[in-house]
Amino acid sequence: MPTDNRHRYIAEVVVTLKPVVNDPQGLVVTQALHALGYPEVGATRVGKFISLDLEGAEESQVRSRVDEMCRRLLRNGVIEDYRFQLRRAEP
Amino acid sequence: MTQVVPEAPTPAELREIALTRAEYESATAQLGRTLNPLELGMLGAMWSEHCSYKTSKPLLRQLQSTGARVVLGPGENAGVVDLGGDLLCCFKIESHNHPSAIEPVQGAATGVGGILRDVFAMGARPVALLDAIRFGDLDQSLQRHRFARVVEGIGFYGNCIGVPTVGGETYFDSAYSENCLVNAMCVGLAERSQLVRAVASGPGNPVMLVGADTGRDGIHGATFASVQLDDSAEERRPAVQVGNPYLEKCLLEACLQLCGHPALVGLQDCGAAGLTSSCAEMAHRGGVGIEIDVARVSRRERGMSPYQVMLSESQERMVLVVERGQEDAVRRIFDRWDLHSDIIGRVIAEPELRILDGLEQVATLPLGILVDGFAERRPPSRRPSDLDSRLAPDPLSSPAPWSPEESWLRLLGSPNCGETRWIFRQYDHQVGDDTVRGPGGDAAVLRIKGRRDGLAMTVDGAHRSAALDPRRGTALAVAEAVRNLAVVGAEPLALTNCLNFGDPDQSEVMWQMEEAVGGLADAALAFGIPVVSGNVSLYNDFQGNGIPPTPMVGLVGQVPSVAVSAGLGFRAAGDLIYLIGPAGVELAGSEYQRLAQGTATGTPPRLDVAAELAAAAAIRDLVRGSVLSSAHDCALGGLAVTLAESCIAGGLGAIVESPLAPPSPAPTGWAWGVLFGETSGRYLISVAPDQISRLAAVCQGHGVPVLKLGVVGGSSISIGGLAEIGLVAAAQASSGALVNLMERG
Amino acid sequence: MAVRFGIAVFPGTWSERDCSHAVSLAGGESTLLWHADRDLKGSDCVVLPGGFAHGDYLRAGAIARFAPLMDAVAEHARAGGLVLGICNGFQILCEAGLLPGALLRNRGLQFLCQPTWLRVETVSTPFLAELEIGTTLEIPISHGEGRYYADPTTLAQLEAESRVALRYSGPSGELADRYNPNGSLHQIAGILNEQRNVLGMMPHPERACEPLLGSEDGLALFAGVVRGLVAAGR
Repeated sequence: MPTDNRHRYIAEVVVTLKPVVNDPQGLVVTQALHALGYPEVGATRVGKFISLDLEGAEESQVRSRVDEMCRRLLRNGVIEDYRFQLRRAEP
Repeated sequence: MTQVVPEAPTPAELREIALTRAEYESATAQLGRTLNPLELGMLGAMWSEHCSYKTSKPLLRQLQSTGARVVLGPGENAGVVDLGGDLLCCFKIESHNHPSAIEPVQGAATGVGGILRDVFAMGARPVALLDAIRFGDLDQSLQRHRFARVVEGIGFYGNCIGVPTVGGETYFDSAYSENCLVNAMCVGLAERSQLVRAVASGPGNPVMLVGADTGRDGIHGATFASVQLDDSAEERRPAVQVGNPYLEKCLLEACLQLCGHPALVGLQDCGAAGLTSSCAEMAHRGGVGIEIDVARVSRRERGMSPYQVMLSESQERMVLVVERGQEDAVRRIFDRWDLHSDIIGRVIAEPELRILDGLEQVATLPLGILVDGFAERRPPSRRPSDLDSRLAPDPLSSPAPWSPEESWLRLLGSPNCGETRWIFRQYDHQVGDDTVRGPGGDAAVLRIKGRRDGLAMTVDGAHRSAALDPRRGTALAVAEAVRNLAVVGAEPLALTNCLNFGDPDQSEVMWQMEEAVGGLADAALAFGIPVVSGNVSLYNDFQGNGIPPTPMVGLVGQVPSVAVSAGLGFRAAGDLIYLIGPAGVELAGSEYQRLAQGTATGTPPRLDVAAELAAAAAIRDLVRGSVLSSAHDCALGGLAVTLAESCIAGGLGAIVESPLAPPSPAPTGWAWGVLFGETSGRYLISVAPDQISRLAAVCQGHGVPVLKLGVVGGSSISIGGLAEIGLVAAAQASSGALVNLMERG
Repeated sequence: MAVRFGIAVFPGTWSERDCSHAVSLAGGESTLLWHADRDLKGSDCVVLPGGFAHGDYLRAGAIARFAPLMDAVAEHARAGGLVLGICNGFQILCEAGLLPGALLRNRGLQFLCQPTWLRVETVSTPFLAELEIGTTLEIPISHGEGRYYADPTTLAQLEAESRVALRYSGPSGELADRYNPNGSLHQIAGILNEQRNVLGMMPHPERACEPLLGSEDGLALFAGVVRGLVAAGR
């Protein structure tokens, strides 16, 4: 439980394949959407959503730690890009 | 104990836990008091059909399970047979039909997970998986979707945990459109000293729960207005669990390390009715009781009530009884695999299941009542009134919609007869490095490292014959399984069965059950095969439309030498082709009839057990003596499809004569009856010319008819005077059967 | 003294015993290395076998690469020691940066267990020293994430330095898309590091060591290591 000046944060990370990497799953999803009657869909890319429930003191610190987590583990730099949003949450 | 006297449950409440008013009154009469909601929930779960087998037990008693090689029969987690040399084989088949219809990927996956646990709960390392699955016709996208997702689910779990899926049976028929079938079979091996029983003993011994956290998975309809079951405002009751094969792999390794360890008293997996049934059954078997403190159970979700903890069916959990004082040794084994192990209770002398929530006692039920207090049901049974009119017609008198050639290609190109590579390439069938013969053949063969002998296994389900005559149809399935083992040179050791039926409250379905179980009992006895384990799945019914009786037979056998076997494909041009067993002409219950005529009519093929035994023995001797170039069981699609399969697998054509000359006058459908009839007890074999005399000698020795049909070679497949197709056309039809349907999206 | 193979075991690994068996058929001895230990137990060649280490959760090999054992493996590789990564092992080596590139989901999106032919592209490495360039080996694959990817610069470097060890091919060594089961770039089935002492491959050579089980073409990889080390006076 957060105590003192430690707060609860939620980091929502989205990991996607780099544009240059072929995404067969995305292709299949596009085809399926077309078959269901949505011809307006062009390209589809399928990625990953990771939600981290964490605690920290100051936001810029937390942001920098989450960034490290993404670079070290949550995404593979050879094939994936990442971005994330950070927000304070109720304790 | 709470001082509030519970009121009698309403009809709706009873329906939620599937107890009848009569059952409730019997329980209270036996107990001498009313039950509180937790006790009622636990009783409902234990007295449910799934746990108590109250409708099937009276019938299943007919099954013989004794034999010189039987170590453990039905009633345990899995059946066990002796392979000799202190090695035991442990196996069982189980259904997971309803969850698979709701969520095909996870339903199938958790079905595989469950059967794996049943085997390693005995102390056996799982070495093979097989699956018998059925869906509606694949021209419907819903059926294609369900089928693809079930295959995905089986692969997801089996591949991740590292147990090869080496065989199975897949069948499509509109009868299964609403109710798909997913039956999973697992075979394992154990050293005799490793074998563990699911028994609790020694009052004071700790009871531990290991593996996954407990969540609200799988609790159905657990609502009582009088008691708040959930701390949170919203009731979340997911119906289908999500499997975690990685956790189960860790659990498997930890449990196997523990088996044979002096600290372990008993081991049981946590399956249907969760902690309630695991603890109740273990204690009852040991003549003791168990006390559980739900507060000590690790939970995945907040605010779970004792009811939810006791009835949760969260996957990948095992219950252990450990020697008092040895808890740390056990903990260390689970810690190494990053699995938590909670002491949740203890064995007690009183034969009851006692539930505590911290300091408060919240439920107590005597085990005699909880486990055995239910009344067996004998619902009325009635032979269908239209059965005689369905048995009477002679399908041979119906005109055929297609020429023999077109019929042949249609059968080969149909999902039930075509190549199954689309399925089994999604399963790792080689992990373990012991798969000698994998999917795609009549039976799988596994070697056992360090030994000459090996295991053979197959799963075969009854087909349309069972809809016409459940007794005979079930017996025919047993015969087919025996033949499938014979062609790989294996002697059957024991049988497991999964009996799938509709709603037994319909008197015709009850009749089907009686007939099918009777047929299984008679056939197993006649073939000399003990039935060591099994499972029954009832209520495969959607709004009054139930499945036809569908018993699945899982057969395990032993081959004396894995180095010697014959495949089903022809090997060399010039080899001679023979039919072992009777020549026949009939169509009732056949796959051809299903395609061409839609409904199943007529009298199904006869079963001559003495002839089948002799033929199987002859085939085994021939295979083991390396006399044969190829051997193939003659099954779905009859002689023509069997012949084509041997040609396609070998890449060689064949020129054969019809095994029978036409009578005069011949019925309209006579040619089709010869080509596609599914007369039982037949094998299609090929031999090199220099083996003919040995072939004749062995067959004569067993008193088995052998009929020369023709010769291997050429680029077409011809059955003299009746039909001829090109080898390439046949191969394309077969290889496209599933692929064309499944990859069109 | 026999040539010793250290076979890594992560939670979720399952072909360690298959690899042990293959090693013994090749005349070597094997020992198992637990992921949480840093002790290679004097292994001449480390094998990272097939399986689903940590369930392949997040990404195959993403978590296993941080195991304490992998520090020792990296050091062993830096010092010129032999490392063979098979299937999940190849995935772990790429995640750990001991080999370039990454393995993605098969282009057909299905798990595939089937025989493949592999063309030997280089023999300048102990693993393939017993073979000839152009030889085809029948070795099975069994994976859902075997599509090899590397950026164009890396690919060019791999090709220029002859570090593509094995390519998916037809039975006579012909390269064509229909023989590429998973869509790997340049039909790559296996690659080497710069020092040529680390080989990662998706197919399972340990499953092709006995005619009884279908093919014995995989035995040469293990035997090559054994004989090479014996010849080097090990």
